[in-house]
This record gives sequence, C-alpha cells and structure tokens, in this order.
Amino acid sequence: MGVNFTLNGKPVSLDVDPQTPLLEVLRNDLQLNGPKFGCGLAQCGACAVLIDGNSSRSCVIPVSAVNGREVISLEGLGTAKNPHPLQLAFIEEQALQCGYCTNGMIITAAELLAKNPHPDSADIKRALAGHQCRCGAHPRIVKAVERAAGDMP
Amino acid sequence: MTTTRREFLRNSGALVVYFSLPASAVLSVASALAQDPGLSGNAALDTWISIEAGGTVRISSGKVELGQGIRTALAQIAAEELDIDLSRISMATVDTVRSPDESYTFSSISIMQSGTAIRKAAAEARRILLELAAESLGSPVESLTVQDGRIYRAAKVTQVDYWSLLAGQSFNTAVPQDIKTKPVGEYTIVGKSVKRLDIPGKVYGDAAFLQDLRLDGMVHARVVRPPADRARLVAADIASIEAMDGVLKVICDGSFMAIIAKREFQAVKAAEQLRAKSRWLLPEDLPDEAGLPAWLRSEKAKTYPIVHKEASTTRQAVTSLSASYSKPYIAHAAISPSAAVALKSDDGLTVWTHAQGMYPLRGAIARVVGLAESQVRCIHMEAAGCFGHNGGDDAACDAAAIAMQFPGRPVRLQWSRADEFQWEPYGSAMSIEVKAGLDQKGHIVEWDYDLWSCTHSSRPRGAPGAGNLLYAQHRKNPIEQPPPASIPQPAGGADRNAVPLYVFSRTRVDKHLVQRMPLKVSALRGLGAYGNVFAIESFMDEAALSVNADPFAYRLAHLKDVRAIDVLNKLRELSNWSDRPKTGSGDGWGVGFARFKNLTAWVGIVMKLRVDPETGKVRLDKVIAVVDSGLIVNPDGTRAQLEGGIIQSASWTLKEQVRFTNSAIQSGDWISYPILGFAEVPDIQIEIIDRPDQPPLGLGEAAQGPTAAAIANAVFHATGRRIRDLPLTPERVTMTG
Ligand code: FES
Ligand code: FES
Repeated sequence: MGVNFTLNGKPVSLDVDPQTPLLEVLRNDLQLNGPKFGCGLAQCGACAVLIDGNSSRSCVIPVSAVNGREVISLEGLGTAKNPHPLQLAFIEEQALQCGYCTNGMIITAAELLAKNPHPDSADIKRALAGHQCRCGAHPRIVKAVERAAGDMP
Repeated sequence: MTTTRREFLRNSGALVVYFSLPASAVLSVASALAQDPGLSGNAALDTWISIEAGGTVRISSGKVELGQGIRTALAQIAAEELDIDLSRISMATVDTVRSPDESYTFSSISIMQSGTAIRKAAAEARRILLELAAESLGSPVESLTVQDGRIYRAAKVTQVDYWSLLAGQSFNTAVPQDIKTKPVGEYTIVGKSVKRLDIPGKVYGDAAFLQDLRLDGMVHARVVRPPADRARLVAADIASIEAMDGVLKVICDGSFMAIIAKREFQAVKAAEQLRAKSRWLLPEDLPDEAGLPAWLRSEKAKTYPIVHKEASTTRQAVTSLSASYSKPYIAHAAISPSAAVALKSDDGLTVWTHAQGMYPLRGAIARVVGLAESQVRCIHMEAAGCFGHNGGDDAACDAAAIAMQFPGRPVRLQWSRADEFQWEPYGSAMSIEVKAGLDQKGHIVEWDYDLWSCTHSSRPRGAPGAGNLLYAQHRKNPIEQPPPASIPQPAGGADRNAVPLYVFSRTRVDKHLVQRMPLKVSALRGLGAYGNVFAIESFMDEAALSVNADPFAYRLAHLKDVRAIDVLNKLRELSNWSDRPKTGSGDGWGVGFARFKNLTAWVGIVMKLRVDPETGKVRLDKVIAVVDSGLIVNPDGTRAQLEGGIIQSASWTLKEQVRFTNSAIQSGDWISYPILGFAEVPDIQIEIIDRPDQPPLGLGEAAQGPTAAAIANAVFHATGRRIRDLPLTPERVTMTG
C-alpha cells in the first residue's frame, strides 16, 4: 500500500507497511537524522516532528496516519545556510550537552513560537513539560527559546 | 648527525625513532611517563597530532565525547599550544586502529590526562615545525614567530607555514615529558568560552550520532532478554518466529535470544512475538526493595580498611552522635537506549559503539567471540549522555555476537527503552553508618564511618573482564563474571569521598564490599561520592545542630584545606547566608560541600527550597554553587557541566530509585522511573574561582554529592525533619517524625 505526504515541502511517496512508525520511515527510509528514537512510547519527545504545524511524537504514529498531510522535521525547519531563529539561539546559548533531546525541544518550541510569538518562561516550561533531558540542559533550553522569541520576525 | 632534520623526517618513513634525545633524556622521559597516564604507552607524537593537507591539524585523543564538551576543550588546548585558529582543528574519532589508548573516558580525568598529553604533544610539534622553518628560511629559530600556523620572521610574514613544511608527513618522534609549554599568561584560546564544535551539526540534524550510521545492506536486530537476570528458558516457539515477514534469523543461545530482520519494524514485531512465545523459570533472588540497607549489611562482605588514623590529641570526647544513611539503586537512564552496529567480514569484526573505552571493550569482545584482539576493531560514535557505564558495552557485545552469526552484512542492534532500564548496570545501593565523638566545645574529635555497598565498577576491562558482559553471562557456555573489584584509594569506588576532608583527631573509615550482585551494578557519575558526601555532609549538619552551631562555621572549624575554606567563605557570602529564615518555616536553606575524590574540584552548594507542608512536595527555588577547579579551559563549558550535574543530582535526590520485586526489575520507562522535568528545575547561579596558575581539575562529577546534601539539609531546615534515606520523596518528607 502506498503512503503519500509532504516532507519538508517536498512530496514523498512510499510503499511500506502502513503500520510502520513514522519515525522509522523518516530515519531509515528517508534518511533523516533530526527526529531521534528515545523511547518509542510517546514519553520523551526525542522523535518530535511537526504534522500540520503540531508537534507530534513520530514514534507512535503509524505512517499511514500522515497520508496527505504535511510533515516538517528539524531539517526542514532550517539549515546552516538558512537557519531557524531557534537553531541559532540553541547555538548561541549552548543549549545542549549531548544534544539527543535537542530535536524535540526545538520542534516543540517552534510550534509554541508559531502559536505564541512572545511566551514567558512559564509558557516555555509548560510547552516543554513532556520532553525529557537527562543532561540537565533545561535552563539553557528555556533561555534559548526566550532568545529566539526575541529574534522572531 | 649529517642529514638535516628535514631530510630525516622525510626519509624515515613510518619508523619511530627517538633520535633527538640523549640516553639520559630517554630515562627521564621514561620516569616522567610513569606519572602521565595520557602519554604513557602513547609517546609517539604522530599518535596525537598530524598536519593535514588543506590547512587543518588533526588531533587524536583517546577520550570520547559523552556530551560533556571534552573534545572542544581538548581542541582549545591544541590550538593554543600550536598557535593556530581553533577552526583548523579536527578531532579524530576514537578508533582502535589508530587512536592513542587512553582506556576509559571516566572519572573526570580527561582534561588532566588527555589534556596534558595533547598540550605537550602540541608544544613539541610546534617546536619541531619552527626548527624546520628555521632551516627552510635560513634564519635562527629565535627570530621566528607563529600566527595561525604561518611563520613570521622579525614580525614580517613569510611564505612558510605549518602546512608547507609538513602537511601529510609524519613527525617520527616521541613527545618528551619535559617539553616547555606556553606560559598561562600568554593564553588566548584556553580560558575562553569558545562555542562547542559539535553543537551546530546537532541543531541542524547532521549525522552526529551512532544512531545516524546507515551502512549499505544493513539489517536490523533486537534482543529478547529474559524477564530476569537469572531466569532460565524453558521453551520458545522459534519456528513460528522464523516464518514471520522479513525475519532473517532467530538466535537462541542459552538464555540469549535475538532477531535479525530486513526492516526495523519487522524486527520489533518479531521480538514482541518471541517474547510472548517463550516461557521462563524465574528465580526469586532479589533483595527486598524496602529493606535495602539491612540487606546490604547482612550480606557476605569483604572489609577494606580505608583510613585508620590514631588520635592525634588528648582532647576527650564527652558526647557521641550517630546516624545511618542510605541511597538506592539509581539508573543512568540515558535518553537514547543503547545501540551498536557490527560487521563480520573476512578481515575480522568491526563494532561501532558508544561505550566509554574502545580498547578495553575490544579486548573483552575478542575473548567473547573467540577472535584475536587484532581482528577486532572498535570505533566510537556518540550517543546521548551516558554518565557512566550504561548499556553501551553490553549492546556492543550483543551486536558483535549477532554479527558473528550473520557475516557479510552490517547488523544494527537497537535496545528498547525497557531493555535499557532493565539491563543497564545501575549505580550501587549504599548503606552508611557514622558515629562521632564531640569534645567539650562541640568539636568532633572521633570519627567512625562504615559503608556497605556492592562494587561501583564492573566494566569489561579487556579480556579478563569479558565475564562482565551480559551476552557472555547469558549464552550457553557462559564466561564467569569476575569477582567484584575494589577500586583503591585515593580515587576509591564505593569509598570514593568516604574520607572526609574535615580534620578530626581520630578517624576510622571501613568499606564493606558486598560480594553478591543480585542487581547488575557499575559506575554511575561520581561512584560512591554521591552517597558518601550525602552522608558526611548531612551528618556535619546534624552535628552542628547538636551543639547549636552555624553549619558554615562548624564546617570551617574542622577544615585546614585553604582552597576549601575559600570556597565555603565565598559561598556563604554569595548566598546571603546571614538572612537564612528560621527553622521549620517551610522555606529551607541547606549547604553541602566536598572536594571530589579529595583530589579534584572543590564544590560548595547552597540550596534554597520550599516544602509544601500538606503534600511533602519539595520545590527547588535557587541554587548557588561555588567551584574551584584550578585553571579553567572553557568557563561556559564548566558552567554547563556544573548546571547539568546539579540538575541530575537533584533528580536522583528527589525522585530516583530503581524499582523491583523479589524476582524482576519493575522500572521500564519514564513513568515507572520519573526524572526531574522543566517545571521542577531551579534557578542556578554559578561562581567560578579561577586559578589560572593551578592545574585544571575535573569537575563533571563534583556536584553530585554536595547537591544531595544541600537538598537534604535544606529540607531539614524547612521542616525540622531529618531524612537519611534517599530519595527524598514526598511520602518520606511528610512521614518522618
Ligand atoms: S521516542 Fe517518541 S516520545 Fe520518545
Ligand atoms: S542534552 Fe542530553 S538529553 Fe538533553
């Protein structure tokens, strides 16, 4: 069975088991590095992508569920040449230690900033509450999102 | 010598010749090497540094990136000594084919070991390059200077640079120990908060992790572990699993089972089925989770005397005080469950792994799979921050064992979240008893300290440690696990930081190393330091209170170490300690302090928190931390490591314990093993006492103990309740009388 969706602005079409988790399709078939496998249980947020603008846990979403929808990953948010303000802010604030949780933090923060361009630190913490970071980068992550909010066009 | 140095370098090929040193110097090198673990056994300059075509310099270190920013700090050190821009440095992957053997990346000693080696190697490289430049320009070395690798003569730029002199060639010399390095006063890169080299790639989604390694023809594997460590397989319906879509192979070897499939999802589904279709006999051999301290004390243990210092004064103890403390098993709980890729080809076995020591792992895997060490290659790639010995080594060995049965195709093994929680080796539980005798003035004159714990390191240290690997234990012909190792002082394992920095007249410290390990245990950030500093610093607070002394003043009265005294004085001032609220108000301020291992960084913490009197929930408001770790290579990196350490320790202290019944581990995900989240993280203020004239000291683990004690002491201050068993859950905070 074929699955068709838009990934980072480009149409993709795949012939895979429709039950395959979206995360696996993105990482293994489409070779993306941004979304990460952390738990496969929707508990950590490492695998987050934007689906129609909503931060979603791709590890528990069967690929068939994004048929006809728009998926944006970390790679689609910005690149070194054309970075998203959040990516610059994470570098500026050195807002990660190992960086494994970073994908999810940036994706969910991107959703937040799209819906609320001027969040305070309590809004940011609330938005990121479902994301785990083992390295204790939390204070820097909050600062980076605050900085990006200030830099948003 | 008739050949010039330049000709010599050109002609000597790969042969390593110690040509420039007289015999006496060789001897002094040998003796100096004995004190320098980084260079010892890796004296060849080419092991560390190569001048690459294209204007870069490659630095090889045996230390791996664990998310601590170590490789950026090492690059800073190299760039500084070589007088080149940081952007010219590329840090090589640790690979047993070519990297220096620096054993494990652990114990916060990377800057001290690898940093010292790289500093010396870079200084020697610069010296040789200047000599070559002098020859090529026909000018004395003294007239030359370097800017970003370009040679200047009498302050005028020349056509000569490092790359025109030596790109792509070898140095063919050894690094002398007594090489003169750049005076600290001239540093322009070390000591600066340069941005980490690896961060841009990670925010743009470049391939940065082991998980991003995709090899041609790669297949996917999952392990199906027993429901408990010593469970025995009774029956498994292998045939029906083999018939599943995409399944390439089912491995069943003793109680080790694994699936290989074409696609990852096929492997996941097959593993689920295999789990459902196998029956196990479960032993009931785990201790009682609620009675861990008593269990530790009742087990057969080997006693190691750590300190037995006879009384040095005649001051008599007139009162005595005693208390018992404990910490549970704690998980590393890396955000990425362990993974590895392995490929068996005709040449041998290659393993891509995120373990902490490539050479020790290579030795262990070679023994397990029955290959010569020279036929096994281990290559490091990053995963999420590991904080010690997690599932990485075991996953690497699993992948190796599976690849041996599936030669010719790269095998990617991914542990599940539950695999990681149930099979990583935990930080050991500890039980501690402190007794002190106080003299008439309330000063401690006698100190008795006993600790009970399993080992804090069961790393697979080369072939002799192979029996520590899970696969080696579970397969049909198991390799016996070596007896628990006692890591000697001054670093210590369970007894790390068991020796107080405080000075008492008589001191006795004994470690009782429990011999059985019903739960797998190994190194977790700080090892015993977390539990010992929690106990000692809680007890110092209790002792101070018993004689109505201020906690700072009481500690200072027992200290002679000048840098320790500086840290505490600074901390008292910064935290506005004199404004501390009254005891029992619900708001609590507590202090905790230690010098990590009594050898590296001094860290003092004041924690300000609030306890909800109804629920017992602790809300951390503000942390003030003061650190002295000698010369600081990267101040922002230092702050980041401390922040991370404080937050992680707060998480351990308030929430974390591995849950289990008498037969199996119950912690398997982020709900059964919660950690601190965004809403619970306090504000952190860090003050660094910079001592550029002192050697750099490791600090990645230095905050773990002080943070725990500061929280426990603050909870006491807020509530009047002393909690001596970790974690400080709301139930304990409300229940203890
Ligand atoms: S991997 Fe999807 S939430 Fe953890
Ligand atoms: S930076 Fe390592 S998990 Fe967040």
